[in-house]
Amino acid sequence: MRRGPSAFNIAAIVLGMGFLYLPIVLLVIYSFNESRLVTVWGGFSTRWYVSLLQNEQLLAAAWVTLRVAFVSATLATILGTLAALGLVRAGRFRGRTLFSSMTYAPLVMPEVILGLSLLLLFVSVGVARGFWTVMIAHTTLTLCYATVVVQARLVSFDEALEEAARDLGAPPWKAFALVTLPNIAPAVAAAWMLAFTLSLDDLVIASFTSGPGATTLPIRIYSAVRLGVSPEINAISTLLIGLVATGVIAVYLLNMRRRTAAP
Amino acid sequence: MNTKPRLNIGAVRSSFAPWADPSAKPLVRFDQVTKRFGGETAVDAVSLDIYEGEFFALLGPSGCGKSTLMRMLAGFETPDLGRITLGGEDLAGRPPHLRPVNMMFQSYALFPHLTVAQNIAFGLRQQKKPKDEIAARVDEMLALVRLEGLAHRKPHQLSGGQKQRVALARAIAPKPRMLLLDEPLGALDRKLREETQFELMALQQRLGMTFLIVTHDQEEAMITADRIAVMRAGQLAQIGRPAEVYEAPNSRYVADFIGDVNLFEARVTEDDGDIIRLTSPEAPDGLEAIEDDEIAIGSTAWLAVRPEKMRVHLDPPPPGPNRLEGVVADIGYLGDWTTYLVELPGGRTIRAARANASRVVDRPVDWDDRVWLTFAPDSAVVLTR
Repeated sequence: MRRGPSAFNIAAIVLGMGFLYLPIVLLVIYSFNESRLVTVWGGFSTRWYVSLLQNEQLLAAAWVTLRVAFVSATLATILGTLAALGLVRAGRFRGRTLFSSMTYAPLVMPEVILGLSLLLLFVSVGVARGFWTVMIAHTTLTLCYATVVVQARLVSFDEALEEAARDLGAPPWKAFALVTLPNIAPAVAAAWMLAFTLSLDDLVIASFTSGPGATTLPIRIYSAVRLGVSPEINAISTLLIGLVATGVIAVYLLNMRRRTAAP
Repeated sequence: MNTKPRLNIGAVRSSFAPWADPSAKPLVRFDQVTKRFGGETAVDAVSLDIYEGEFFALLGPSGCGKSTLMRMLAGFETPDLGRITLGGEDLAGRPPHLRPVNMMFQSYALFPHLTVAQNIAFGLRQQKKPKDEIAARVDEMLALVRLEGLAHRKPHQLSGGQKQRVALARAIAPKPRMLLLDEPLGALDRKLREETQFELMALQQRLGMTFLIVTHDQEEAMITADRIAVMRAGQLAQIGRPAEVYEAPNSRYVADFIGDVNLFEARVTEDDGDIIRLTSPEAPDGLEAIEDDEIAIGSTAWLAVRPEKMRVHLDPPPPGPNRLEGVVADIGYLGDWTTYLVELPGGRTIRAARANASRVVDRPVDWDDRVWLTFAPDSAVVLTR
């Protein structure tokens, strides 16, 4: 009997992984480049991280991005949890299929379309584009992801638990807070992380809906690259990758813990 | 003076019979309660009284409306018609958390994120009891269900039987006026279930609490309950003590649902007040049964005879009523009982059961033996529906 992967398997994994991650690894390595030229290695240095700290434009964009991601992820998680509760608990109400399809539509809708439609909405309503419009747009985008994550958990949640809490004297809101919420908390946290990272790296929708003074980091990086790549971009990209990776790993760990804790 | 041979039925648990006292006030009264789901009528104009201190069982096949009836009492379903009162008070419009009844769920519904002690304390916390009082009551409950060492375990660290006892303790802890048990032993294996049935009964006696149990398992209902209500398609088929329901069923449905029964379709030929005589093609010498109620001569009735009341003879008994002849088609040996399936000349199979009272028998009944079955007139019940 043959044990372990064959030479073909190993080659496939190496090629696949290389294809996916080589550019990122190169980007990270060159963020520690001494040289001003992005493609020429001039020795190890952290000088671009230092100069990044003095680049107020980039830092301001990063601050905007973090705030947008934080607020929109929180809003999307609350709304997504409510939508999931409605979809799972309300049974078969009139228009349920329509409601669920409409909740999931942004998952498959091209971002350009979503961004454009939101832009048209904001223009026609006469809202000045800026922080709040990007935030609302990102909530729209991430809401459906949050709903999917929370709904998956709620489906396997025994509704008798909440009934038992009510039977033992807890009013409905308290039964939800004391019994349902602690049990779906890992999924709610995962939904928030997912929404946060999605908002963090969105370029398309943000470029449609942001305005002066609310330039997000992806927009700033994109426009900076068009003028020529500075190693500072590598540095901030590395930080961004670190943040997103942390989020993804946290979501994974939360889900793992839920699975092992389940009886 | 009544000289009729009164039927003294089965084993009677005690003299506890508040339902027979016309002045007694019921704890719970279902008054013409109806519940529909879509086009289906789950509960159909049910009226039922349950008394303080009673162990009452709702028994029926799945989908007969027994769980719906219980969930209406707990407040999880609202009756479409009729009233439910508890201690004389109408429960309409009262949400589950304001009803002084607690329910033990079929799935146990233990809170997975809380420990055993926190689960039991949940209801007491909602009542805003002082901390030391809660702790004392939790300890008392743990002792009651013999789980003293497991206070800090999480539900997923417990066995099925332990979970069941935590669920029971959690429901009893807030001292409800009434405990509702939804298929409480359904998830336990046979041996544990039998033990728990007796424990449940002893617990109810000790607490003096009113218990309402919903079950599809007739054995569970027979062992635990003071009275059983047999349900069929949303309606009550019969209410009575276990022995009454078993020995004096009021319909073929009840006779057949509770235990095994042999039914003979027959025509009434004579009724002299005590003894009814009937004819059936399956009994050459006719049938006889003791029945107080008048039944019209010439009408069709069914004679119900339990297998254990059939006597099996290898030698022909003297001719007379209630005598059947057939061939042993199958033998089921259960250890404590042996069941014989006897095929009558008409082709129908009759069950006869015999307790294996001694280890050895002179002449065992064998497959294909010709046997005669007899039963006493007071062992048969005449059913008209």
